[in-house]
Amino acid sequence: MSDTHNKEVDQISGVETTGHEWDGLKELNNPLPKWWLYLFYVTIIWAVVYWVLYPSWPLISSYTTGVLGANQRQEAIAAYEKGIADRSEFADKIIATSLEDIAKDQELLQFALANGQAAFGDNCAPCHGNGGTGAEGYPNLQDDTWIWGGTMDDIHTTLLYGIRSDYDDARIGDMPAYGRDELLSKDEINQVANFVASKAGLETDEGVDLAAGQTLYEDNCAACHGDSLEGIQEVGAPSLMSANYLYGKSLDAIKAQITNPRNGVMPGWADRLDPATIKSLTVYVHSFGGGQ
Amino acid sequence: MSADTETHESGDSEPWFESAKKIYPMSTHGLFRRIKWGLLFFTLGIYYFLPFVRYDRGPNAPSQAVLVDMEHARAYFFFIEIWPQEVYYLTGLLIIAAMALFLMNAVAGRIWCGYLCPQTVWTDLFLWVESKVEGDRRERIALDKEPWTFGKLRKRATKHFFWLMIAWWTGGAWVLYFNDAPTLVWQLLTFQAPMVAYIWIGILTTTTYLLAGFMREQVCIYMCPWPRIQAALTDEKALNVTYRWDRGEPRGSLKQNKKLEAQGMPAGDCIDCYQCFQVCPTGVDIRKGIQMDCIQCGLCIDACDNIMKKIGKPTGLIAYDTDENIQRRIEGKEPVFEIVRVRTVIYAAIIAVVGAIMLFTLLNRDFSDISVLHDRNPVFVEQSDGSVRNGYTVRLSNKRRHDRSFMLHVEGMPPNTLVEAVGVDTVFADRPIVVVGPDTTREIRVLVTSPPDADMPHSTPVTFRITENVMGEVVTTADTFKAPGKP
Repeated sequence: MSDTHNKEVDQISGVETTGHEWDGLKELNNPLPKWWLYLFYVTIIWAVVYWVLYPSWPLISSYTTGVLGANQRQEAIAAYEKGIADRSEFADKIIATSLEDIAKDQELLQFALANGQAAFGDNCAPCHGNGGTGAEGYPNLQDDTWIWGGTMDDIHTTLLYGIRSDYDDARIGDMPAYGRDELLSKDEINQVANFVASKAGLETDEGVDLAAGQTLYEDNCAACHGDSLEGIQEVGAPSLMSANYLYGKSLDAIKAQITNPRNGVMPGWADRLDPATIKSLTVYVHSFGGGQ
Repeated sequence: MSADTETHESGDSEPWFESAKKIYPMSTHGLFRRIKWGLLFFTLGIYYFLPFVRYDRGPNAPSQAVLVDMEHARAYFFFIEIWPQEVYYLTGLLIIAAMALFLMNAVAGRIWCGYLCPQTVWTDLFLWVESKVEGDRRERIALDKEPWTFGKLRKRATKHFFWLMIAWWTGGAWVLYFNDAPTLVWQLLTFQAPMVAYIWIGILTTTTYLLAGFMREQVCIYMCPWPRIQAALTDEKALNVTYRWDRGEPRGSLKQNKKLEAQGMPAGDCIDCYQCFQVCPTGVDIRKGIQMDCIQCGLCIDACDNIMKKIGKPTGLIAYDTDENIQRRIEGKEPVFEIVRVRTVIYAAIIAVVGAIMLFTLLNRDFSDISVLHDRNPVFVEQSDGSVRNGYTVRLSNKRRHDRSFMLHVEGMPPNTLVEAVGVDTVFADRPIVVVGPDTTREIRVLVTSPPDADMPHSTPVTFRITENVMGEVVTTADTFKAPGKP
């Protein structure tokens, strides 16, 4: 401080005061360390340079873009495209190779499984679960019970066009609502449900006419579910002899399904995922072990 | 304001800090100087030329004797090849290194600091360059005080040029341990080497230049933890560079001491010539006794011996000795030197045992490996026929340089269990044969399905066994088979 005003100096600390006083308390004038002050100036210069180089100031309908033309959205798009390009070597091979042959090429199999796993986590896990174990109403992909077929080609088709989706090639199979649409009476539903339960190894209600149930089954159900309840994959009619029922394996669940069936929907992915990813997903789902 | 003149603002004139005083070590010659030159050539020779030593490992393998191959995650040392999961060998190496350090310390103090530490070796080399370019101690002190003239500028520029050359070569040699050395040298010369090589050369050039050129003894005194640990580890029997004050005191100039001797008064052999102090690379006066700054390089022994010869006294006024022996000599007893003591024997034994264990494990190292990871979600899957399936991720390692096939067998499961490997053709229903490429690993998904009629318990311990088809090498690992049964 070069000014020669009557600066008061504190006796104890030897530091000048600012001249401010409150009830006898005086404020010492300890200046900032020089290095701190210069660093502060440097940050100001840094900010000004940043304004010039990078997007910074908001305007009414846009913003200052900066002379470097930095744009995070474009960076993200570039990174995405680079990712696609980086894996194109394998992705192209996946597209060119038949589903069965992918498993025979070690490298290609590793890529398909890794790619499939990532895509499964992003797109399929919300319904089918992280490990593909499904839930009630969402098929378990790990076991060997398949409603629409468990071969590579079947899985591929299901993945492409979905089930009861908007695609023209979607797998369509509608179970009639026998109760809701009054196609069968409550008693008849009871009889046919008990018949199915008896065949599937479940306990049945006492005093129900199973023979009448069998006749009802043959008239109404056998066309899709087969004469011996084995199911027909072409129309998506599940086997009723399986240990795994999509909507629960119990007499009540069977009755509920006959009365007011739930026809679940799986979206198709042909327009959402690239062909290599869908093929990878097919190989990945097949590798769960249930594939046929 | 520089640090050494900064004072309390209250006007107190006592400085807060004292800047390190620049040390101008004088050149000397003698036994320990020769030992230091020898070790300098030996250690730097290894460091600079080892990457160029070749070692034939057959086709498709690097032929560099010592190589850390980051890209392929392998480390090579002559006949040893280490995979990343075998880095635990490094533990043995570190134990041996620590024990060797302790053993050296128990035998003769800071041998490491004085002769072998990279900081000492490179500082020595830099000092040699400095004395060749700028002259010895007195000339360097004078040069520092001289105003900047063309001559001074030329000397300084020459010195820093050579320093930087050595530093650059130090960094250059370092990166050669991580790449095929001849290829990388060519790439470096033609500016085609990977950026990371240049960055590492830059880093090590800078550190070498700064540490050996400027920081020198400050590294030993302020940065290195070893002097503190060493002081705690040493004992009264360990040899140290010692000023034998029983013989040297009372010190005095040659003339004065001769006069005293003539009068029959006690006079020491130390003629207070300060040679020991002037040759010291850390600026220590050894006559003050053992001290932390002293790296025990033995140069003061050489300097003192040279003076003793000149004045016709016996050498060894400063020598490797112990305080205990000085005491014994005062009492008129014979000095004792005990190299074989409990602690030196223990240190040597630990080195021998750890070395033997490492050698044994290295020579009996498996050339194949298996690791198994049970699926967590789902833990098991029930099939439509009532059977239960477990999924595993199995990784097989082949550490040989050719394709090898392994038969995988899951022991502990009932008969008619199905073992499938995804992507592997089935020959036997329960024993897939997996081919693994040379020097690599293969990850396969293995599905184990119990037979439908087997009532599997909640958890069955199983053993995954792989048998190599040609040599019959067997490796096993344990896991479990889970089922919905009661625990």
